[in-house]
Amino acid sequence: MPRFQFPVEAGHVLCFARAVGDDDPVRYDAEHERTIHRGGLSASPTFVAAVAQFDPDWPYRPRPGQPWYGSGRGPGTPPPGAGTTSLHAEQHYEYHRQVRPGDVLTVERSAGAAWEKHSARSGRLRFEEEITRFTDPAGELVVTARRVRVITGGPAEGLT
Amino acid sequence: MTMVRELEIGGTHTQLLVEELTRTQIVMYAGASGDYNPLHTDEVYATRIAGFPSVLAHGQLTMGLTARLVTSWLDDAVLTAFGVRFSRQVWPGDTLTGTVTVTAVGEQDGRPTAELMLITTNQEDQTVVSGYARVRGE
Repeated sequence: MPRFQFPVEAGHVLCFARAVGDDDPVRYDAEHERTIHRGGLSASPTFVAAVAQFDPDWPYRPRPGQPWYGSGRGPGTPPPGAGTTSLHAEQHYEYHRQVRPGDVLTVERSAGAAWEKHSARSGRLRFEEEITRFTDPAGELVVTARRVRVITGGPAEGLT
Repeated sequence: MTMVRELEIGGTHTQLLVEELTRTQIVMYAGASGDYNPLHTDEVYATRIAGFPSVLAHGQLTMGLTARLVTSWLDDAVLTAFGVRFSRQVWPGDTLTGTVTVTAVGEQDGRPTAELMLITTNQEDQTVVSGYARVRGE
């Protein structure tokens, strides 16, 4: 999978914090006493999920000149690969240091473990891990993310 | 606020995370995160194509809201790990409440540490995410 850069910008950190109800001044007010005490601005714990903005292959973003499967004049169309459903089952983050505005992170993804389970309700379930490593320009790990997806043969039930 | 060094095993903290989640907040999350999946952003698509009763919240939005349980409770906490399992969908109008329980306390390099168990439930007391966090005091 390709490597790409994830520049961490103060405005993006602010917008993300607002979206998750995080009104801590350390997310947006560099002059606040608490921010100074905490060593400067830092991003919300799950901010690295916003790496999707910089991922060249991210599928859930409309692109100019390309068809989008959401509604427009009509209600939309089933996404490519319909018939199976991929659900986000688990998400884990390991923080090696805090993410701060001004960081330029290098992002590398790799496949992790994969396994199958049989469920009476949903039939065969396939679980797949994806590991994303965020490193700084010195090559030091900043965050390691592990996403577990579950892929079913039927319609989405119970998970997001 | 509480300091990490003040935590004791079995201590708990409960907090309202969002009251009657709005579609607008889901849109804010889509815009900030870059996840514009129409299941989350497009009511017409979500109901007529995907067959859901409405759009649904991103699992990661619920995870982000759940993080507030730790960061707004513990004044000096630096998260060293945070993970959740998504167990139920979250819909517009849902009210989410989180509870954190201290499962271990310790010390590393002269700084206090703690392990926490997190559960976020909806207005029907159904668990939507459950997980853990590890923190270090500054």
